[in-house]
Amino acid sequence: MSDSATTDHATTTGMSHNKLAMWVFLGSECLLFGALISTYLVYRGRFADGPAPGDIFDIPFTSVSSFVLLMSSLTMVLALSALQRGDIRNNRLWLLTTALLGSLFIGGQVYEFTTFFREGLGYTTSPFSSAFFTLTGFHGVHVSIGILMLMSMFISSLRGTLRKEHSETVEIIGLYWHFVDIIWIFIFTVIYLVPSPTS
Amino acid sequence: MSTTETTEEQEEVVHDDHDHPSDAKYFQIAIILGVLTALEVATYYVDIGPALIPTLMVMMVVKFFMVAAWFMHLRFDNSLFTKFFVSGLVLAVAVYVIALSTFEFWSKG
Repeated sequence: MSDSATTDHATTTGMSHNKLAMWVFLGSECLLFGALISTYLVYRGRFADGPAPGDIFDIPFTSVSSFVLLMSSLTMVLALSALQRGDIRNNRLWLLTTALLGSLFIGGQVYEFTTFFREGLGYTTSPFSSAFFTLTGFHGVHVSIGILMLMSMFISSLRGTLRKEHSETVEIIGLYWHFVDIIWIFIFTVIYLVPSPTS
Repeated sequence: MSTTETTEEQEEVVHDDHDHPSDAKYFQIAIILGVLTALEVATYYVDIGPALIPTLMVMMVVKFFMVAAWFMHLRFDNSLFTKFFVSGLVLAVAVYVIALSTFEFWSKG
């Protein structure tokens, strides 16, 4: 039995209700992102006089960003693993690394948005641009919230209030972080890699 | 609460906690995910014709479920977590496939 099994789950169902709530929330998030992705797919060919998706996407740059976010999932799970072992030092290290990788991804997104804007793609330029910025912007907000949660755990750890017995809290925040990653796996393939219309 | 009741409760409460993989296993999964991402990106440079979209979809689904199963521990946790998540996922896919069909997305693109 793992160390996490020592966590007290004296509930009527015999499982952690906090974790169950997070899974239900993530299930509902599938519907939110499903709506945004579908809207993008419907409007991606409607770029009016503005830049078309196939003309403006920078696949090599986005590939690096995607790889960074994917690796942040590894560092997140290593942070949890370290805390479950009672290894506070490595837990802090991996939490901070995850937050930094997330920040790098957000930095890349800000750079991408700025470049697109300079190339004439504003939020209201076309139905394509509105759908694109709404989808990727919502995802970016989710990553940013995740970074805030990671940093709050890191600060708690520095204050000595994040200990082995709180590993479930880290696990729940980890679930959110991994979900943000798997949504990007979907966005990266469907929005960027599947050939897009060109002008 | 009697001792017997406490023991039963303790046995019951551990159902959603199982042995999680080792750090080495997590690195192994991350390497596979990295290789799959590299293969996905390679399809941007190498023309594989009509096999492109099915290939991308298969790699995306494999990556999606690898992260969910190993990093999110669905493979090891209580199956009810999987059921709740998959319910949301299946509902989303069903609703939006119907929505996209309404917009004739599959024929018009």
